[in-house]
Amino acid sequence: MTDTSGTPRTSRKPIHLAAHFPGVNNTTVWTAAPQALGSQIDFASFTHLAQTAERGLFDFFFLAEGLRLREHQGRVHDLDVLGRPEAITVLSALAAVTERLGLAATVNATFNEPYELARRLASLDHLSGGRAAWNVVTSSDAFTGENFRRGGFLDRADRYTRAAEFVATARELWDSWPPGAERARAGAFAHHGRHFDIEGHFSVERGPQGHPVVIQAGDSSEGREFAAATADVVFTRHGTLEAGRRFYADVKGRLAAHGRRPADLKIMPGVTFVLGDTAAEAQEKAAEIRHQQISPQTALLTLEQIWGVDLSRYDPDGPLPDIEPDYDAQLSQGRVRHADPRAVVASWRALAEEKGLSIRQTVIEATGRQSFIGTPAAVAEEMDTFVQTDAADGFILVPHLTPGGLDDFVEQVVPLLQERGSFRTRYTGSTLRAHLGLAQPS
Amino acid sequence: MPPLNRPLRLAVAIDGGAPQTASAFVDRAHLAERGAFDFVTLDDSLGQPAPGVARLDALAVLARVAPTTDRIGLVPTVTTTHTEPFHVSTQVATLDWVSRGRAGWIVEVSATEAEARLVGRRPAAPAPELWHEAGEVVDVVTRLFDSWEDDAEIRDVATGRFVDRDKLHYVDFESATFSVRGPSIVPRPPQGHPVTVIDATPSHARAAAARHADVALIRTDDPDVVRTVRADLRERARACGREPDRLIVLASLPVDLDASADAVALAEFAASWHTDGVADGFHFRPRNPERDLRLLVDGTVPVLQHRGLARHFYPGATLREHLGLPRPANRYALAREASAR
Ligand SMILES: Cc1cc2nc3c(=O)[nH]c(=O)nc-3n(C[C@H](O)[C@H](O)[C@H](O)COP(=O)(O)O)c2cc1C
Repeated sequence: MTDTSGTPRTSRKPIHLAAHFPGVNNTTVWTAAPQALGSQIDFASFTHLAQTAERGLFDFFFLAEGLRLREHQGRVHDLDVLGRPEAITVLSALAAVTERLGLAATVNATFNEPYELARRLASLDHLSGGRAAWNVVTSSDAFTGENFRRGGFLDRADRYTRAAEFVATARELWDSWPPGAERARAGAFAHHGRHFDIEGHFSVERGPQGHPVVIQAGDSSEGREFAAATADVVFTRHGTLEAGRRFYADVKGRLAAHGRRPADLKIMPGVTFVLGDTAAEAQEKAAEIRHQQISPQTALLTLEQIWGVDLSRYDPDGPLPDIEPDYDAQLSQGRVRHADPRAVVASWRALAEEKGLSIRQTVIEATGRQSFIGTPAAVAEEMDTFVQTDAADGFILVPHLTPGGLDDFVEQVVPLLQERGSFRTRYTGSTLRAHLGLAQPS
Repeated sequence: MPPLNRPLRLAVAIDGGAPQTASAFVDRAHLAERGAFDFVTLDDSLGQPAPGVARLDALAVLARVAPTTDRIGLVPTVTTTHTEPFHVSTQVATLDWVSRGRAGWIVEVSATEAEARLVGRRPAAPAPELWHEAGEVVDVVTRLFDSWEDDAEIRDVATGRFVDRDKLHYVDFESATFSVRGPSIVPRPPQGHPVTVIDATPSHARAAAARHADVALIRTDDPDVVRTVRADLRERARACGREPDRLIVLASLPVDLDASADAVALAEFAASWHTDGVADGFHFRPRNPERDLRLLVDGTVPVLQHRGLARHFYPGATLREHLGLPRPANRYALAREASAR
């Protein structure tokens, strides 16, 4: 792909990069030996990935969250990597072994309260010298609520009204203790709103960033509106050039109505990559990784989620089931559902028939191809094109191996992005806001 | 009097002083580690400790300290009244992971109306009620630790299974004020259960301490009070079916040292309490953290070491090992094995 932006190097948009710790889904490969054998829970794995990202001058390190183990057919889903530490605590520890890297925690706005979470995030900001970020996610499902005092109390329609008031309240708390405040006023706040009615004195002084960076990751229209009004960064799934440009234009277009400029909100799709010495080798590796990601058991389970019925008697290396799906059944809990299962069934059947594919081959063929596949030079060029042509402001890279999944990227691709003049050659600031080019809130 | 542990168990608070920077806490923890203390504590509360005084989240601070230390136990105060038991469990478990088995927590309640208004979810309640609930929180938190058996992760390529889900357990805990389904989202921490510490000074905290604590603190410098409360705690622990020696009782003393002579005097004082069988050890609370901690490490500890009452180094790696506490068995694994028989 060529650079179609035509912008001279000096005025290139800077690329922002983040490192996603491998997730608890089948993107993360645990079956391949021996590099894949790293622990998903030992602190050494977090240190390795974070220090690799910092060596690569990344903007931030990112941790996802899920407050209930996923289930399939009423039992804990057992095919993917499972079990992870609590994000803010790990990031507080990582602040000791990194110096500049931003530290982003996904934390649910539904099952937390503003005072406590604002305090934990402000503490992380202090302990890291201004590197804290919060990825605000919402949840309304009673399934997750079963782990909490208040249960599944929130109507789906309210997930973002609560999130918006939550972030606004957190910012009031972060603003409550300006430098040099007189003793009696220090930390004083009062918030009387629809979701929160709280008052008193906040116990953490204003952090180095003023406000920790706010990231948003929902995709609905309400989610986008919330991002446009509130967030500093959007984490999106729209990781192809066309979808990325549409999403970018849509979200950036919403900013003016909130009195914000396009540069105030960075759009960062979550992406995967595979590198090879030649294009053919990269494609081969990518196919092998997809094969590892879709085990025979995962192939059947993926199909069951769409068909809504138990398919355990089917052979993953045999043809697709000819029985009719039960579109109303919900076999899986705690994961994102397919938008339109009827369309998926139809297109997968067509695909299998046309190419003569087995169940496993169909799932491998039909589900996610890696975002960037090629030589380091090709990947660097393609990523740069995404950014220079407004499909993204940068990327949240999701490696498929723990903890070495970013090693090659940092060694081979980062220098090429730097040569193109699109990526920093050193950290010029000490806070995450500075890395992202965001203003300090007044 | 029952025989006392030897060596003395020694802990020290690293609170106080300004500024509240990561490096100040790291320096204090290093110093305490040089003195081979079993653990450091860091106090916390939801609100300001005093009007206009700031305080960072204690568990986050000790997580920040963890990678810069090797052996010393890290024990923050964690409040249970206005938070989610599930979050308490994942945070304490994670502190144990990032410290490789050196975490504990001091269970605390928030009884004031001012604290209730910070969160706005429930009104203030009387301390006895809150301590009853705190006991339930400790119970569910340790159940969540056990909700993953140690060998739940199997990575069995042949069957495609990362975990053996027969070794993951619902806790299905119901109390008057909360319910938790489980399992945890964090694998069982390195120590099995990070060390539970309860300040048993207020009488309404004693039932929870006797039932749940690995370490109980008693804030006083009156040896008779320590003796009486320790005997009471041990008796109650026995009544709960516990082995009383598994409950370590520390006298928590304010420390204000002006000179090395004071540090030596403190060692003599501590040694005499040990001779008289008053407590299993001490939790020192320095008035001036920098000055007092240095005098404790350079003045008090060497005298206790010389008398064979304090360790010179850490023979173990985890806080439980420092304290001579066994790694607890997993209740769900025991139940599963019993039913399989
Ligand atoms: C790229 C991406 C990553 C996400 N990561 C998480 C996560 O780690 N934890 C979580 O609870 N939700 C996560 N979500 C879900 C949402 O953030 C969001 O709260 C939910 O989808 C509801 O919002 P929506 O209806 O606007 O999509 C993620 C969503 C996207 C698009």
